[in-house]
Amino acid sequence: MKTVLRYFFCSCLLVVITSACATNNKPDISYTEIIWQDEFDVDGSVNTDLWSFDIGTGAEQGIPGWGNQELQYYTDRPENVRVEDGNLLITARKESFRGSSYTSARILTRGKFQNTFGRYEARIQLPWGPGIWPAFWLLGDDSNGTEIWPQIGEIDIMEYRGQEPTVIHGSVHGPGYSAGNAVTARYTLNNGRFDTDFYLFAIEWSPNSIKFFVDDVMYNEITPDDVSGEWVFNDNSFYIILNVAVGGTFVGPPSSQTTFPQTMKVDYVRVYGEPS
Amino acid sequence: MEIRILHVYKCTAISGLLLLLFFGCERVVSDLDSPGFSENPEVFINSFSAGLEYYPFEGSKIDAFSVDSETTFGRSTLSMRFDVPNEGDPEGAYAGAIFRDDNGGRNLSSYNALTFYAKGTKAATINEIGFGLDFFGDRFAVGLNDGLRLTTNWRKYIIPIPDASKLTQSQGLLWYAEGPENGDGYSFWLDEVKYENLSGLAQPRAAIMNGNDVRLTAFAGSASAVTGLTYTINQPNGVDVTVSAAPAYYTFSSSNTNVATVNDEGRVSIVGEGIAEITASLGSISANGKLIIDSASDFTPAPTPTDDPSDVISIFSDAYTNVPVDHFNGFWEPFQTTTSNDFEVNGNNVLGYENFNFVGIEFHINVPTIDGSEMTHLRMDLFFPDEIPANSALRLRLVNDVGGNETVASTTIRPNTNPALVSGQWISVDMDITSLGNRSNLGQIIFDADEGPGLQGASFFVDNIYLRR
Repeated sequence: MKTVLRYFFCSCLLVVITSACATNNKPDISYTEIIWQDEFDVDGSVNTDLWSFDIGTGAEQGIPGWGNQELQYYTDRPENVRVEDGNLLITARKESFRGSSYTSARILTRGKFQNTFGRYEARIQLPWGPGIWPAFWLLGDDSNGTEIWPQIGEIDIMEYRGQEPTVIHGSVHGPGYSAGNAVTARYTLNNGRFDTDFYLFAIEWSPNSIKFFVDDVMYNEITPDDVSGEWVFNDNSFYIILNVAVGGTFVGPPSSQTTFPQTMKVDYVRVYGEPS
Repeated sequence: MEIRILHVYKCTAISGLLLLLFFGCERVVSDLDSPGFSENPEVFINSFSAGLEYYPFEGSKIDAFSVDSETTFGRSTLSMRFDVPNEGDPEGAYAGAIFRDDNGGRNLSSYNALTFYAKGTKAATINEIGFGLDFFGDRFAVGLNDGLRLTTNWRKYIIPIPDASKLTQSQGLLWYAEGPENGDGYSFWLDEVKYENLSGLAQPRAAIMNGNDVRLTAFAGSASAVTGLTYTINQPNGVDVTVSAAPAYYTFSSSNTNVATVNDEGRVSIVGEGIAEITASLGSISANGKLIIDSASDFTPAPTPTDDPSDVISIFSDAYTNVPVDHFNGFWEPFQTTTSNDFEVNGNNVLGYENFNFVGIEFHINVPTIDGSEMTHLRMDLFFPDEIPANSALRLRLVNDVGGNETVASTTIRPNTNPALVSGQWISVDMDITSLGNRSNLGQIIFDADEGPGLQGASFFVDNIYLRR
């Protein structure tokens, strides 16, 4: 109920702000300089100077199903992740692979690019179908395993249920407000669908504030007043994750309606910081 | 409620006539640069749109449709109301009609769906609803594949257009057919019925043969058809909706026109020996599924019977006039495995049986039995295309007084009998039936493999089944 009320509050607020920034897609005034980017301009494999891969089902990390009862086995094979025609392609496939029924990929900048604050944006065309769960998100550093989720913090810039092709979700998870109790907002397209065109998903993250955008529409802002626990987004450094999960608690399993393969296309990922 | 103009047509008689007119029209239209048909998307918004007329189906309750001012959607002042009759209603067994633009048709090519709001007096499923039925040939007919699930609240429904570029002159704007639910009639309403170009429809998929790869054994000269034509789209709410669509939306092709050709209507003509795959596309989408024609050889027709028609009571032959038959395969459950694949080669009809164990031809259920008192033999031609195992036997029985004091004439043919059970050539069987004392009430012919299991699962063809003297 609390979440619902907050959501209504935010959407009222939004009306005012939206009209103010509707024609302005420039980064927040303080975040104007690109400090990290991948334009995915070179066909072939993912640039491992920028990204690493999560492999498997999460079992080796002690979180089978990646903590969410997900059904896929993540690989670094080109069938699941590659760069082609200027886009990163992460493809979920239905195939028997090392005990799993689906394969997909998850790439992350852990240990290669970690940062606090800034504007994070990615231009993405999403896949579709029940049980398909793509995401563009940030996870906080765990200080070599001494801190655990949700204390480390998680910012979901974009999550999407393949069965709701006009809706995306932006959320934060922290201590006391994680998983089902995360602070979240939905953004619904009135025209078009996320699986038929590219959209720009972004956050502008500054001390005590995370603003969520789809294209030039800010649809939510989360501040320490909105969370029911400690604000863990002011000092930890966070890394970027892009993945397509199959099944799991957020989406449920694929259905007979789900067609495979399903591909998330990412045109670019850019991070803006304050000018040096 | 007010009753709108009624036109009741004998659809079959009239549509033949109008089909000719329609084709005449179409030819002229194709010569014009700009047909200029109305792009008016409205079907029923508060009232009938310009040119719209109501034509109930023959046999339906004629006044099932009315215009209602009491139950409407939103601020609408009038809705379309449909009263589905109870089972046994003398005024009609079901409700069904087309709504047609009689101002020459609409250009719907800029829309991608027919949409409307609907609700029922109870949760129910409208059996058939769609567009493209015009009684002029229904070339672009479309209907929801699994009917339309009504609730008791107004809900918006979407019926997608498979390829709107085909609908440059569309007259059939809406049609429906619905019968009682578990014997009970009910009422439902449609409102805000219109064509729209919805931005949230995506991920189009098409299928033929219901998306399956269907293999058909055939012969040069025989014919078949592409069936199971569907179009599926994902709605803005993420739910798929599938319609059945007329062949005219699709483009068909054959992988080997020396084996089989396919026309615009999906009719397949087998012209030679070999394998041909019939596939289809819908606009720029390749349809899932295919019809694989396996044409093994040229078909050799059975010998033409020479008995004088006055000495014959024919059950299945193109050489004689046949008596009525209930069916050529009774599909006797649960033990029968035999399926039918009857076919026609160059105008000659042949019974095809596959997966054989036993099968019966019956003529005693809804048709008169045969009085064969004057007849002395049951004659037929049989053809086994595949090799005959040594332990094979085909028993043939003719039954009198089915279900009563049954008596049977029977014969069994084997590889070593005369005639012999052989493959690759027609076998003429001429069974003496005079052992049947009473032949006045004949009702069944039964084939079985009980006397020798070698034919279990076999295929065979039958032609020219008749009683003679």
